[in-house]
Amino acid sequence: MRFDSLLDSVGQTPLVGLPTLSPSPDVRLWAKLEDRNPTGSIKDRAALAMIAQAEKDGLLRPGCTILEPTSGNTGISLAMAARLKGYRLVCVMPENTSPERRQLLQMWGSEIVSSPAAGGSNEAVRVAKYMADEHPDWVMLYQYGNQANADAHYSTTGPEILADLPEVTHVVAGLGTTGTLMGVGRFFREAKPSVRIVAAEPRYGELVYGLRNLDEGFVPELYDASLIDSRFSVGPRDAVRRVRELLDLEGMFVGVSTGAILHAALGQASKAVKARQAADIVFVVCDGGWKYLSTGAYDEGVDDAERNLQGQVWA
Amino acid sequence: MAVEVRVPTILRTYTGGDKAVRGDGGTLAEVFDDLDARHPGLKGRVVEEGDLRRFVNVYVNDEDVRFTGGLDTSLSDGDTVVILPAVAGG
Repeated sequence: MRFDSLLDSVGQTPLVGLPTLSPSPDVRLWAKLEDRNPTGSIKDRAALAMIAQAEKDGLLRPGCTILEPTSGNTGISLAMAARLKGYRLVCVMPENTSPERRQLLQMWGSEIVSSPAAGGSNEAVRVAKYMADEHPDWVMLYQYGNQANADAHYSTTGPEILADLPEVTHVVAGLGTTGTLMGVGRFFREAKPSVRIVAAEPRYGELVYGLRNLDEGFVPELYDASLIDSRFSVGPRDAVRRVRELLDLEGMFVGVSTGAILHAALGQASKAVKARQAADIVFVVCDGGWKYLSTGAYDEGVDDAERNLQGQVWA
Repeated sequence: MAVEVRVPTILRTYTGGDKAVRGDGGTLAEVFDDLDARHPGLKGRVVEEGDLRRFVNVYVNDEDVRFTGGLDTSLSDGDTVVILPAVAGG
């Protein structure tokens, strides 16, 4: 495959079978390898689409400053694109994220504002909104409410899955900004409504939920519950366990949040086996494991890895 | 049905600091009524006008109850109910 530039090479990622972890020839699991995107995560699709849309709308001009709350991957995608296109980037990121994410952001020239650990990404969103008010000339793309985020998956991720696997029965993806699931969900509601759309959300340690008030919770503006069929909360222990299974049994080196998504996918596979139904279950590999090596998720005991992730925003 | 209910930090003022409490009921609604009898005020922080509050998520055995019948979700002995505030990802 040939492309004019790195930015043009986003998407068209491989869909790879899991011959060992699939429970039977009738119930199969398929990994959508989004780590094969330009900066190594699914967020390239959303980030590049948001920039393209903002340019089209005349909001972004060379020399502009982009502001974004992010736990990492979106910021990394934006940083790469911003450098190529001549924008300044300021990312607001929770202080309890892995050091690799900070290194990558800095490498591509992003400035980082740390938000308090307690409250996780909710705090990053709050701080970024405050900064946006202080700097009205900055452009906050705001992945949680930017329709271009979901649209990227509606027009690329969903159609790619259906083209590669017309018999698909389930799509399982992570729930963060909700962009992936909203876009893929809307695509399949129209193109093949029988496909079940399943969300896996990370269950963090208590620190991350350390809000003073329940009314300070956060639901992304993009979220439309009618576009998904079930939603599972997966803790760090199950996520780490599944990450290691993928590594040991299928050779795939994936990030921690993908372990959570695989856990939910395997739950759907067990249900299909029990119901004696055929199933072709696609799950999204959000990113590779590189950015999480320092968490010990791959080389220590599961107990240690779980403990290390306790206070972290690991997805 | 006896279930375990895990309570987030911000609601532990109602449980005397306990992270998890026992609840009884055949549905989630019944469990919240039961909890409110022993931990007055807890239910009101989670349920509003017969529905879950917007920024609260409740899971039974890790599945979000908004997709399994909401407060009518039926429970079995030994189920785990988790209450969590809604947080952002990304």
